[in-house]
Amino acid sequence: MLATLDYHRSRLASGVTVARSASRPSGLGAARRPDCTVGASMIELRDVKKAFNQGQHNEYWALSGITLNLEAKRVTALRGPSGSGKTTLLTLIGCLARPTSGRVSLHGRDISGLPERFLTEIRRQTFGFVFQQFNLIRGMSALENVMLPAFPTGRAHRELVERADALLERLRLTHRRDARAEWLSGGEQQRVAIARALINDPEVLIADEPTANLDTALAKEFMAILEGFGAEGRTVILTSHDPLVVESAAVHRVIDMRDGLLVEQ
Amino acid sequence: MSPWFEKQRHLIDFTLASLARRKGRHLGLLVVFALLVFALASAMLFAHALRHEAQQILDGAPEIVLQKLVAGRHDLIPPGTIERISGMRGVQQVHGRLWGYYYDPVVKANYTFLVPPDNSIQPGTLVIGPALARQRGLAPGTGISLRSYSGALYSFAIAAVLPQASELASADLLLVSEADFRAFFSYPADHYTDIALSVANPAEVRNIANKLAKLLPDSRPILREEIQRTYASIFDWREGIMLALLSAAILAFAILAWDKASGLSADEKREIGILKAIGWETGDIIKMKFWEGALISLIAFLVGFIAAYVHVFHFGAPLFEPVLKGWSVLYPRFVLTPVIDGLQVATLFFFTVFPFLAATLVPIWRAAVTDPDAVMRT
Repeated sequence: MLATLDYHRSRLASGVTVARSASRPSGLGAARRPDCTVGASMIELRDVKKAFNQGQHNEYWALSGITLNLEAKRVTALRGPSGSGKTTLLTLIGCLARPTSGRVSLHGRDISGLPERFLTEIRRQTFGFVFQQFNLIRGMSALENVMLPAFPTGRAHRELVERADALLERLRLTHRRDARAEWLSGGEQQRVAIARALINDPEVLIADEPTANLDTALAKEFMAILEGFGAEGRTVILTSHDPLVVESAAVHRVIDMRDGLLVEQ
Repeated sequence: MSPWFEKQRHLIDFTLASLARRKGRHLGLLVVFALLVFALASAMLFAHALRHEAQQILDGAPEIVLQKLVAGRHDLIPPGTIERISGMRGVQQVHGRLWGYYYDPVVKANYTFLVPPDNSIQPGTLVIGPALARQRGLAPGTGISLRSYSGALYSFAIAAVLPQASELASADLLLVSEADFRAFFSYPADHYTDIALSVANPAEVRNIANKLAKLLPDSRPILREEIQRTYASIFDWREGIMLALLSAAILAFAILAWDKASGLSADEKREIGILKAIGWETGDIIKMKFWEGALISLIAFLVGFIAAYVHVFHFGAPLFEPVLKGWSVLYPRFVLTPVIDGLQVATLFFFTVFPFLAATLVPIWRAAVTDPDAVMRT
């Protein structure tokens, strides 16, 4: 009840109309974070603006004032044409960049003004990233790529290998664990990127245009994986303008963007 | 193991993997760097060992050598001089020395004739230096005939060849009896080439030299420390000349190494961006790259230095020998005693490893402090 109230309050506050909202089955698995109830506001953005090359002749405002609440244990898609600001918004949510103005809060804690070191810590613990180009490190095996985000945590090597192996098995990549990143197909690279994003068991998975470099079959495969995440109650935030993604049943909420603003519907 | 150690282990693992991934580039850097260290260390080690060798030899020389001068030129010590100075306070021992140069037209080389202080050579025999023995094909039991400056022919039997170990000092040496020396050079009786003085107290050497200069105003006292200093400056000068000659090559190598080390490839920049985006701290990335540069430069330094050591002390520095040793017809063959000057090694280390590390770290730092969101846009 409390969660539903929070959710509706956040909708009112942000003024955002949700295309397909919490009425979809959430596919809840065992609760991963005891303090996160379904639909509770996890990430809040208040009048967030982001400028590039500020004060220079080529100053460009990618975001012009975004107010938005993102719920825990939901799959949320940011939809919009190129240049609409969805990737920039994703970088602010994922602590990859700081807003020029406005506030970003995670679990009620303002993180927009934190120094880079703390942002890195939050990024490592809370977010897992799947990049559009997958961004695996060439010359390293699939297994090593998966383990990379966990290196700064100081976890035991054996534990890391076990965890990475389990993730690769889950994503049906055990047979490619020792293959170098550049030898993998597009779909395999994406699954390795997903496994890498999950190695630190983050609360939130962030994916930027996850199907942009995949054919239809591989895109459907990705959606199946996404449904699995939805079913186990993981928070997923992704950007896409692919109908296969944004119209999928795995996506609980779609937020439209244009020209650095949310689109009112 | 504590998380801190595990983290360092992961960083080192990643660094080694990263080195292996760019084998060609890193091997190229390693070779260039090692060659640079090799050239510099060879010159330094060789010159230092020569200085040390000269020092060792001169340690056995008398504290003061007194020469008589006529019109500013070296002249013979007349009779009575030794007696005049032998009673001087602080002088332990005084003896007149007999030595001279002889040009052998057969091998077109100069020999040094010397009467040993104990005059232990039997008349009619010679003890010769190893280089001379090689050049003239002499061995104990064989003989040699030499025409004196007066035109008379003298025949000597070779009693012995001086040991190889003393070759640096004795390559062209002939030890001869006093009687043969005086006869061969038509040397006037009771005259000496110069006088060697032993002084017990090193602090007194200068005082005694001053007294000698006052007592014998037409003579010149030469101190051992002055000779040592002269030798040191000769080798310093030669080392300097060699380094100057090498400097163009060194500079070319340095520019290449700097370029290779400081230029980050697009691939490396991308890699740094990815690592930052997936949760690596700027400090971790700088540390990792620091280890990368440190490993390359330390290995190259070790390889270059060890190669220089082997080159100088096992092969006699064939690459730099002609410049550093000087020229002679009777070239001494000798193996230098391995001596390493810690300060020189530290200086070489400081001027090679540190600039390299700086060259690698600056661009890494620049790349590592950029916002991690760049990776989302590539």
